Amino acid sequence: MDTRDILRRVHGGEPRSIGRAISLIEDQVDCAAEILQGLDPERIKASFVLGVTGPPGAGKSTLTAQLVRHLRLQKQRVGIIAVDPSSPVSGGALLGDRIRMMDHALDQQVVVRSMATRGKLGGLCASAGAAVRILAASGCRTIIIETVGIGQSEMDIIRLADISIMVLAPGFGDDIQAMKAGILEVADLIVVNKSDQPGAEKLALDLATVFQNAEEKNLRLLQTIASENKGLDELVKRIQDMEKQCRLNGTLQKRRLQSSALETLDWAIEILRSRLTPLIEKQDKSIDPRLAAEKIIRQLIQEKD
Amino acid sequence: MAEKFRVLIGKPGLDGHDRGAKFIARALRDAGFEVIYTGIRRTPEEIAASAIQEDVAAVGLSSMSGAHLRLFPAVIDALRNAGAGDIPVLGGGIIPDEDIVPLKQAGIATIFTPGTPVQVIIDAFATACRHHHRQRS
Repeated sequence: MDTRDILRRVHGGEPRSIGRAISLIEDQVDCAAEILQGLDPERIKASFVLGVTGPPGAGKSTLTAQLVRHLRLQKQRVGIIAVDPSSPVSGGALLGDRIRMMDHALDQQVVVRSMATRGKLGGLCASAGAAVRILAASGCRTIIIETVGIGQSEMDIIRLADISIMVLAPGFGDDIQAMKAGILEVADLIVVNKSDQPGAEKLALDLATVFQNAEEKNLRLLQTIASENKGLDELVKRIQDMEKQCRLNGTLQKRRLQSSALETLDWAIEILRSRLTPLIEKQDKSIDPRLAAEKIIRQLIQEKD
Repeated sequence: MAEKFRVLIGKPGLDGHDRGAKFIARALRDAGFEVIYTGIRRTPEEIAASAIQEDVAAVGLSSMSGAHLRLFPAVIDALRNAGAGDIPVLGGGIIPDEDIVPLKQAGIATIFTPGTPVQVIIDAFATACRHHHRQRS
């Protein structure tokens, strides 16, 4: 398939070409840039990117599958990108998020793609950002990126998404305390899932200290039981109200610009890395790493001039 | 492994014995594959649709219930019907020797039986994936 052919089929929503286009980006094949440049910017602009993150076992995949069900009732075409970490030892990955989405497996209007982080320096942002745009160009109105909230990946997803949800569940104990300072402040919505289980009320109370006042708490905190579809109507409504508001007041456009700048930086670092490695190998090993880095960068810049 | 191979491991039919499938999924991950695991009780059509969306280079099926003669070829058919007959399908499980020839005739690339060393399985997936990647470009 040539690039133009792939682009035509992607815009026509043809499943195989969508899958292939994402692979070409992941594998950093030469024609990848051409594909991305050829995507319909209007569709990308009209799309909405929702980030779903949270600790393992909080119910992200189940919640995502329910969100998809609700969006399908609204006749939206939906894309899902499920990101899981690659093993740093083998480079392999076991991607199992699809299991919870199998209800939608035969629905042509639901496109699911599992992605491994592949040990990228810039986290998942670069490839996942490109995959989001491919799904948007294929006609997906909403694209949900789901990733496990450990380490760097949850921040990456938040910068990539238009609106992000942090999914928590009772039973994670002190982890919540540790999270307070970071991620909880940045996520737009915080969902206490499995809210029928012991400890859910206490978790919701603990979380109250994250918010500045009761009004903010009412706006940003929700309770769900995803496996029973409870609280989902309210969550979908909240997400969609928030999207509308973000579009109107320009927040969404501003976030996209920021995210685009960060993705550019990610790719730049990724491209630089392959050029830096041989230079580092040639470096005098007795120089302190900080100084060595400066020397190498200076060398690179001079090469260009 | 410089080239990244994506494979799907799935269980068609009503058989719920997934230890073998999970063992293979983990072994492939540890050998550097990206493994999409679709779980138990899938229809051939669901497996084919997932394989296409995930753009995998090979599909691995596991069956312990004795329904492999019907289910493995059904996955091949589902892939062909969806325009993805080029994706190789490998299968394993409790499969009697006399069933191996008919399964291969139906288009299953390789059959693994109890006792097949895991390295042989990994190598077979790598070969199938490499072949498929060459066809792509």
